[in-house]
Amino acid sequence: MSDHSATANFPMAVALRLIQMNDTAFDSERVSGIIAELKTKPGALLPILHAIQEVLGYVPGECVPLIATELNLSRAEVHGVISFYHYFRGTPPGRHTVYICRAEACQAMGSEALEAYAKSSLGVDYHENTRDGAITLEPVYCLGNCACSPSIMVDKKVHGRVSPKRFDDIMNLTRSAS
Amino acid sequence: MIKVFVPRDSSALGLGAEEVALAIQAEAEKRQVAIELIRNGSRGLYWLEPLVEVATPQGRIAYGPVTIADVPRLFEAGFHNGGAHPLALGLTEEIPYLKRQERLTFARVGITDPVSLDDYLAHDGYRGLKRALTMAPAAMVEEVTESGLRGRGGAAFPTGIKWRTVLNTSSAQKYIVCNADEGDSGTFSDRMIMEGDPFVLIEGMTIAGLAVGATDGFIYLRCEYPDAEVALNAAIESATAQGYLGDNILGSGKAFRLEVRLGAGAYVCGEETSLLESLEGKRGLVRFKPPLPAIEGLFGQPTVINNVISLASVPIILDKGAAFYKDYGMGRSRGTLPIQLAGNLKQPGLVERAFGVTLREILYDFGGGSQSGRPIKAVQVGGPLGAYLPESQFDTPLDYEAFTALWAVLGHGGVVAFDETVDMSKMARYGMEFCAIESCGKCTPCRIGSTRGVEIIDKIRAGEETERQVALLRDLSDTMLASSLCALGGMTPYPVLSALNHFPEDFGVTSAQ
Repeated sequence: MSDHSATANFPMAVALRLIQMNDTAFDSERVSGIIAELKTKPGALLPILHAIQEVLGYVPGECVPLIATELNLSRAEVHGVISFYHYFRGTPPGRHTVYICRAEACQAMGSEALEAYAKSSLGVDYHENTRDGAITLEPVYCLGNCACSPSIMVDKKVHGRVSPKRFDDIMNLTRSAS
Repeated sequence: MIKVFVPRDSSALGLGAEEVALAIQAEAEKRQVAIELIRNGSRGLYWLEPLVEVATPQGRIAYGPVTIADVPRLFEAGFHNGGAHPLALGLTEEIPYLKRQERLTFARVGITDPVSLDDYLAHDGYRGLKRALTMAPAAMVEEVTESGLRGRGGAAFPTGIKWRTVLNTSSAQKYIVCNADEGDSGTFSDRMIMEGDPFVLIEGMTIAGLAVGATDGFIYLRCEYPDAEVALNAAIESATAQGYLGDNILGSGKAFRLEVRLGAGAYVCGEETSLLESLEGKRGLVRFKPPLPAIEGLFGQPTVINNVISLASVPIILDKGAAFYKDYGMGRSRGTLPIQLAGNLKQPGLVERAFGVTLREILYDFGGGSQSGRPIKAVQVGGPLGAYLPESQFDTPLDYEAFTALWAVLGHGGVVAFDETVDMSKMARYGMEFCAIESCGKCTPCRIGSTRGVEIIDKIRAGEETERQVALLRDLSDTMLASSLCALGGMTPYPVLSALNHFPEDFGVTSAQ
C-alpha cells in the first residue's frame, strides 16, 4: 500500500512536521459549512470567526478568501477584522490556552509576580506555545473576577486567588486533562 | 426536601464551587440525606466564596468559605439543618455586609436559581413588563425619564432621554442593544447580573423594545464571560418558550426577539459606536458623532444602546414606579449604584447602595481595609480610564457630580484599592500602555499619543530630564484629552495625571507642578 522504506529514510523532524500538518490540515468543507450556516445573520462576520475558532482552535489563513467570497467582502476587510480583535488567532494554539489577567485589580494583588512565574515555569512568553504543545500563554485585560485576584482563565474556566503554587497545581491538572 | 444552595457564579466556580457542589451531592447520597441542590448566583460576598447556604424555617443560613475537605464535617455538624460549625455565618440576610445594602437591581441575585423562569416569577419577576404592557410607549419612556436613571456604563447620560430620541425617530426597524462588554478592570456587576439573574436583563430589554418600538435586540457580550453566555442563552430560550420573548409577547401582539453576540477581546468595543461597528461585523473603529446611535445606530437604524445595569434597573422602575426609585440617591444621581470592591481589600465584593455613600465607608466599613494590612495608598474608581484618588479624597460621596468636581469619574462603579507598596508612576505607565494596546487606531492622539506616553513615563522613571519630561507628559495629556475621538484616548490622562498630581514623589518630582 505504501512504501515504508521511503518513510524510514525521512528525517525524523520532517516526518513529525508532516504528521502535525496532517493533524491541523485545513478542512475547507467544514469551514464552508460554518459559513453557509451563519452567513445570512445580520453582521455575520464575527459569529463566523467565532464558530471557526471554536472548532479549529484558530482561524487559518485559508479561511479568509472563502469568507470574503461568501460575505461579499474584500480579503483585506476580512483579514482586517481578524487582526483587529485580540481573541482571534491565525496560528494553532496549544491544547489549552491559559490567560493571565494583567489589569489593575489583579496588579493590586500581585499579578506581575504571577506573570513572571508563569512565563518562567512554562518556559514561554506571551503568545507562545509550550514545547510540548500543551499550553499557549496569553495576556487578558480583565476577567470580571476582580474580587478574587489575581486571576487566570484556562480555556473557559476562571481561577481566582492564584498563587504560584496554585498555578502549578492548575497547570498539572490541565496537562493531565488531555 | 432540604434546599442547599451552591453558587454557579464564575468567581465562585473559580474558587472551587463546582467541586464543592459535587462533594455535597455525593456526601448527601452516602448519608441518605435528601437534598435539593440549587445552583444560585453569588451573593457578592466574595471573600466567603464558595458560600454554601441551606434553607431553614428561620431563613437561609450561610457557611463559607467551604472547601471539599469541609464537606463531610459539615454533614456531621448537621449543616443541612442549620447546625453549628466553625464555618457557619448565621442567617445570610443578617450578615452586616449584606444587611447594610440597598439591593434594588440586585434584589434576586444570589437568592434565585438564575435560569429558572418559575423562580424569577416567584420573586416578583416580570411585574415590570406586565405593567408596561398596560401603558402607552411614551408613558413608559416618561417613567424611566422621571426615575432619574442615568447610564450605568459610565457616561451617566439620562436613559429616558436616549429612549425618547429613539421613540421619536420614525423607522420601520429599530434596535435595542445591550452593552455587555464589561471591560473595566475592577468591575463585575454586569457579569453577576447576567450569571445570577439573566431574566432581569431580558425583561429590561423587552420593556425598552416596547417603549421605543424596537422588535429586535442584541446583547453584545465580551467573550471573556463564557458562563454568562450559557446563563443568558438558557434564560432567553426559556423566556421564548413561555411567551415572554418572541413574536407575540404575553399575547399582546407585540414582538421582541433577543440574541447574544460575542465580542472578541477588544476593550474599545465597550465604546458604543465601536460596539455597533463590531456587531455589524467590522473592526471596532469608533464612529464620529453625530449622528447619534439613537438616530442612526445599528445597521443605520435608530438604536437604544444601554449598559447591562441600566437595562436591568428598568424592571423595578416600571414595577414600583419612578418615584420609588428616585427616592434613593443624592443630587442628580438618583437610585442605587452596584459598587464593585476589588483589589487589595479584605472583603471584596458587590455593594449596592444608594448614591451618596462615601468612598471611605465603602473601603473600610464594607471592604474592611486592605487585605495586606498596610495602609491604602490609592484607589482607582471607574476602571482603567478612571482617576486615582489619594486618602485625602476618601470622604467624597459616590455621586457623579462630586466625582466630576475632583476631576475623577464614578464610571461603572468599580473601586480598586492599592496598598502603600504600589508605585504610582508604574500605574501611570500601565495606563498609557493599556491605551496603546487597546486603541482602535482611528484617531492620532490615542493611537500615537499612548505610545509616546509610555516612552515619556519610561524616561521619567529612569530619571532622564525629569522636569522636562513631566512638562511634556502634561502637554501630551492635554492633546489626548482635548482631541481624541472617544473616551479611550480622551480619558487615559485621568489615571496618568491623577497619579502624577497626587503622588509626585513616585515620579521623582517634589511637588505637583
